[in-house]
Amino acid sequence: MNDMRIVRKDVDMNDTKISAKKVQVFYGDTHAIKDVDVEIKDKTVTAFIGPSGCGKSTFLRCLNRMNDTIDICRVEGNILLDGEDIYDKRVDPVQLRAKVGMVFQRPNPFPKSIYDNIAYGPRIHGLAKNKADLDEIVEKALRRGAIWDEVKDRLDAPGTGLSGGQQQRLCIARAVATEPEVLLMDEPCSALDPIATLQVEELIDELRENFSVVIVTHSMQQAARVSQKTAFFHLGNLVEYGDTEQIFTNPQDERTESYITGRIG
Amino acid sequence: MPLLWLFILILALGLLGFILGRTRALKDAHGDIRLLHSLPNYYGSNVLLAVLIPGLAVLLLWLILQPMLIQGQVSSMIPNTAYTDKGSLNLVMSDVRRVAEGLDIAVEQGSLTREQARDIRTELTDIRARLGAVGVALGSNVESYVLKAAQKYRTMNAVGNWMMTVAVLGAALAGFAVSMLRTNKDMRARNSVEKVILGLLIGAASIAILTTLGIVLSLIFNTIEFFKLYPALDFFFGTTWSPSFGGGSELGILPLFWGTLYVSIIALLVAVPIGLFAAIYLSEYAGPKVRAIAKPLLEVLAGIPTIVYGLFALLTVGPMLMTVFGSDGGLGWMQGGRSVMTAGLVMGVMLIPFVSSLSDDIINAVPQAMRDGSLGLGATKSETVRQVVLPAALPGIVGAILLAASRAIGETMIVVLGAGAAAKLNLNPFEAMTTVTTRIVSQLTGDADFASAEALVAFALGMTLFVITLCLNIFALVIVRKYREQYD
Repeated sequence: MNDMRIVRKDVDMNDTKISAKKVQVFYGDTHAIKDVDVEIKDKTVTAFIGPSGCGKSTFLRCLNRMNDTIDICRVEGNILLDGEDIYDKRVDPVQLRAKVGMVFQRPNPFPKSIYDNIAYGPRIHGLAKNKADLDEIVEKALRRGAIWDEVKDRLDAPGTGLSGGQQQRLCIARAVATEPEVLLMDEPCSALDPIATLQVEELIDELRENFSVVIVTHSMQQAARVSQKTAFFHLGNLVEYGDTEQIFTNPQDERTESYITGRIG
Repeated sequence: MPLLWLFILILALGLLGFILGRTRALKDAHGDIRLLHSLPNYYGSNVLLAVLIPGLAVLLLWLILQPMLIQGQVSSMIPNTAYTDKGSLNLVMSDVRRVAEGLDIAVEQGSLTREQARDIRTELTDIRARLGAVGVALGSNVESYVLKAAQKYRTMNAVGNWMMTVAVLGAALAGFAVSMLRTNKDMRARNSVEKVILGLLIGAASIAILTTLGIVLSLIFNTIEFFKLYPALDFFFGTTWSPSFGGGSELGILPLFWGTLYVSIIALLVAVPIGLFAAIYLSEYAGPKVRAIAKPLLEVLAGIPTIVYGLFALLTVGPMLMTVFGSDGGLGWMQGGRSVMTAGLVMGVMLIPFVSSLSDDIINAVPQAMRDGSLGLGATKSETVRQVVLPAALPGIVGAILLAASRAIGETMIVVLGAGAAAKLNLNPFEAMTTVTTRIVSQLTGDADFASAEALVAFALGMTLFVITLCLNIFALVIVRKYREQYD
């Protein structure tokens, strides 16, 4: 049983889920992302690290076209999801975001009940046939979000009443409930205490079984703990991209080495 | 000394105090600013305030108290036979003041000497003619007790004014002396000036509150008077409104209240959806350029005086409705241009900017993270607005709507011109009806006896309206406050 899982994982890891080529992002006159090429594998945790303002969050937001909501933002280059250009005119950004879910830096539960928070995505995408079906989806998402046991008795309580760590896991569960193929996480632990961080990290590791996860983080320890692939961004450039182990033990670029040893950043 | 001169004198004394206080402090510190506790201007201001505050306070108190005291003294000179109640005593007293003023003017113009003005007798002189000659017209011949009272009034006023000048200048000079003596380099002038500023701010705040209290009290007393004359039960539950100043009028509030309610409901039915949709468009969809133009334009609507809206109702909306719902050529539901519908529609237009600009602020206050969260789950913009932004902003929007409702209830001009004057309990929105506010206006304008139930009913109506809008406002504030706590 165990063997089979490892075999499957090895096969999956060779699939490219997202492939970005020559991506440029402009905020007004500012050239925020320069010539970024990256291949994100399926069923893998990919970490984006780099100093503040290096463009890692901006690049992450390109992957589900969240930058479309910012008026002055312009994206050039190709980003392919399963071989299809997501910036193609025929692609509906709304459909894309259902496939590429996102978890934000600060927990942002809606001012609704816990149940309605989770059911939000499935409801708008019509994923449930009936109430029982929806209940099942909600329970499954909450279990995957590792928060089911804490909230199962108070699904009607407002999501905003949970603690910060619980709120963030609720938001992860909410993103998972729409069954995305890729999950983007923008510094999901930056507003959390170490214990909640640990819970979220364990959660990310479990999510890898089903999704391709891309995580932006300021903590290099976190990147080392949860990811298999790491990309180092500096001043809008992708400096180095490779297996996490290699990046942290044997970086090829001296900027990467300076950053992970704490000399720049 | 005339009031203006006294005032200017105090100001001049204050300015002198400012300069001297500043100089004295600097001298005490041997010209070195660093040795002073506060900046030199604070010492100056301290003396200035020490002159102005006691001086002006005494002046103000004197101006309030002196007329009251003199009034009391003089009115005791009027024989009991000359008046029946407080109202007619007031009339006699106003005669007294008028004669006293007339004597002043006559002395000023030289047609009477000071002594003559003091000793003149009705038995010997035709006062009315003498005063008429200097341009003071009196309604009737001057009774001897009125003249005596007027002469007493004059002397007391003269003495009072002289004493006031002394007292005011004394207070100002005392303040000047004390603050000058206390001025030295270690004095905490800055702190005491700061205290005065605090007092000023508290004063401003309490004036606003006290005024509200005064308004409520004046309404309450007159309302109580009214209920002495007219049973409260008939007022609150009467279904007929037919005031007749000859007596025997029926003053039931229900038809008026129904009119107010009906017009307000129609107004809100117009204003809430349009205002809300406009707010959603402006805050969620419009680009910065459209917003920069459209928002001020929408708010221009709020700056139009309501009487202009009233004219619009009377001249444009009423006739327009008549062509569709009127009797000739239309559906025949409408008898004339004035109707609940006319006033309601126009009032709705008036309330649009009110609802939209408040809702716009509230929608903008919903954190962007909420929108990102929803969009990140693959929701469209309108799904996000409908299911996340609006529910989050709902308490605030309800507050905005309630505030708009209390404006609609209190609105007068549009209703006067648009809704007509007939008090009716009717469901047809194309009938002319009237509202509480317009009846208040019509009960108090004209030559009505102020002590009659027909005039006093206006205060009871006003009080009812005040209580209703107050409740609505409090309700709105509570809701808005509750909403605020959510994102803190």
